[in-house]
Amino acid sequence: MSFLNYLINGLSLGSVYAIIALGYTMVYGIAKMLNFAHGDIIMVGAYIIFNCMNGLGMPPLVAILAAMALCTVLGIVIEKVAYRPLRNASSSLAVLITAIGVSYLLQNVALLIFGADTKSFSSVVSLEAIKLFDGQLTITGEAIVTIVVCIVIMVGLTLFVNKTKAGQAMQAVSEDKGAAQLMGINVNGTIALTFAIGSALAAVAGALMCSAYPNLTPYSGTMPGIKAFVAAVFGGIGSIPGAMVGGLVIGVIEILGKAYISSQLADAIVFAILVVVLLVKPTGLLGKNIQEKV
Amino acid sequence: MKKTGLSKTTRSNFITYGIVIVLAAIMYILQLTGILSSSMQGFLVPMCIYVIMAVSLNLVVGILGELSLGHAGFMCVGAYTSAIFSKCMESTLTFAPLRFGIAILIGAACAAIFGMLIGIPVLRLKGDYLAIVTLAFGEIIKNICNVINLGLDSEGFHLSLKNSTELGLAEDGMIIIKGAQGISGTPKDSNFLIGVVLVLVTLFVVLNLINSRDGRAIMSIRDNRIAAESIGINITKYKLMVFTISAAFAGVAGALYSHNFATLTATGDKFNYNASIMILVYVVLGGIGNIRGSVIATIILYILPEKLRFLSDYRMLVYAIVLIIVMLYNWSPKMKEYRAIAKAKIKERFGRKKEEKAV
Repeated sequence: MSFLNYLINGLSLGSVYAIIALGYTMVYGIAKMLNFAHGDIIMVGAYIIFNCMNGLGMPPLVAILAAMALCTVLGIVIEKVAYRPLRNASSSLAVLITAIGVSYLLQNVALLIFGADTKSFSSVVSLEAIKLFDGQLTITGEAIVTIVVCIVIMVGLTLFVNKTKAGQAMQAVSEDKGAAQLMGINVNGTIALTFAIGSALAAVAGALMCSAYPNLTPYSGTMPGIKAFVAAVFGGIGSIPGAMVGGLVIGVIEILGKAYISSQLADAIVFAILVVVLLVKPTGLLGKNIQEKV
Repeated sequence: MKKTGLSKTTRSNFITYGIVIVLAAIMYILQLTGILSSSMQGFLVPMCIYVIMAVSLNLVVGILGELSLGHAGFMCVGAYTSAIFSKCMESTLTFAPLRFGIAILIGAACAAIFGMLIGIPVLRLKGDYLAIVTLAFGEIIKNICNVINLGLDSEGFHLSLKNSTELGLAEDGMIIIKGAQGISGTPKDSNFLIGVVLVLVTLFVVLNLINSRDGRAIMSIRDNRIAAESIGINITKYKLMVFTISAAFAGVAGALYSHNFATLTATGDKFNYNASIMILVYVVLGGIGNIRGSVIATIILYILPEKLRFLSDYRMLVYAIVLIIVMLYNWSPKMKEYRAIAKAKIKERFGRKKEEKAV
């Protein structure tokens, strides 16, 4: 029975990873860059929700919407100021290092504004936990909400990307920027839209993550961010269902690894999986194989 | 311009060595005369450590053109292996310089082996994937170092991944690594002089590598991988070579580190990717691909926070902003264009005088 408990915890954590991984996978698919600052946007979102709820006394849903709006703005500004000038740089290293710089910047700004002490995040979910089999199996309200939200976001995004004009523009830009521009697609606008969606999702992920794991510090976003990138790579970067599968698998493996192998080695196990996946199938489980052109 | 390309690089290399030697001499004299505060004296060896780290990372980032975010992991390997050796041999090999010398070689060799092991899978990747995999390896190394328990008694080594009581040591046994508490009581064999010598050795190897046939092949891979491959340059070999050499020097830095501080642990942020990123900041601010720049930037950025205590809260913030600005200034295509125009205008106005100065 404890295995089922772990499994549900894993699925819940995995859903958070999946939502974060979506942001990575969309940005990577379109801008071809690893947005290192994505994890820190989660942290910023969580801090905004924390302050809206505890400082301003807003209801959780309003706080989440406010955080989504602010994170969207933040994502667009970061893209415009730091990433766009380097989009055509001669080395892909340049934008990667800049992204690391942005990540550091967000952490340290948060450190100055919110302080280094750990904030205890109050859950945004008010759902009662479900107890099954005489209380042997507990499913927390957070777990239910996280999994449901993740599925809703996944379905919504899939529909958005495949059915709407903006979504198809995204696909076109990720295939070939130049050709998309010739077809009259606003490339800059589309990339900005991707960053906006990714950052809004990061705010949601921040709310859900901190509801389940309530310790919030300026560095809270980094590790989940990196693990979510592992999830995105695992599922195949650029693929929306891949992000979901990857996120769930990584989440379950992490929780089971913590429970059955060693709590200190759980991170190492997750990273070892990344290495193995990249060795065996560099395009990920559901990724497309892209040929390099000379 | 005279056509003596080789002598120019040699001269440039000697300037780099000269800077290090002069700075070291100044520090040494200040130390002897007692002007240097004791806190600054404690900074001298770490400064050497980070100069070695920055120079060796610059070999990967600047010369090979790949981003490694696991450099601190190699340092961790070097620190642990050399400290294990020194602790085991402390009673049998009492001549400290020889023991430390062997410890450094062992640290370098083990880190190099790890560099090679990591290099092999990493070779298939490039860019972002490579960066994230090196980051992953660094974290794996750190995590494993945190759970290892190692003991030595008359029957040999005992290893446990749980805790030190499970080692089952005999009475004469000695715990070498105690899980997350790490290694304590490593002999303090390193000093500033050894540090400076190691910095010079690192610079000598790296600068000579860059100006060799191999170095030019490596840079051609950086500039255009496909073109380099098409003229028969063995990319696998050179990438592996750079990773191994760079890791070996990180191991040397690690050995210096473990023999400078009383306790060595892999917890906190000494060996995690934040430490790797810190070294990357030194490399980027010193100039990617510019070895002398790495040396100078590391020294300045290491001393500056100490001298500017009142800014300590803002230090990382300033680093982050400067990092972003430097990247935008150096790499943005628009910025490059703008700079070229500005340069042409300056040249036009000041004629030859300015040109000579600029060279």
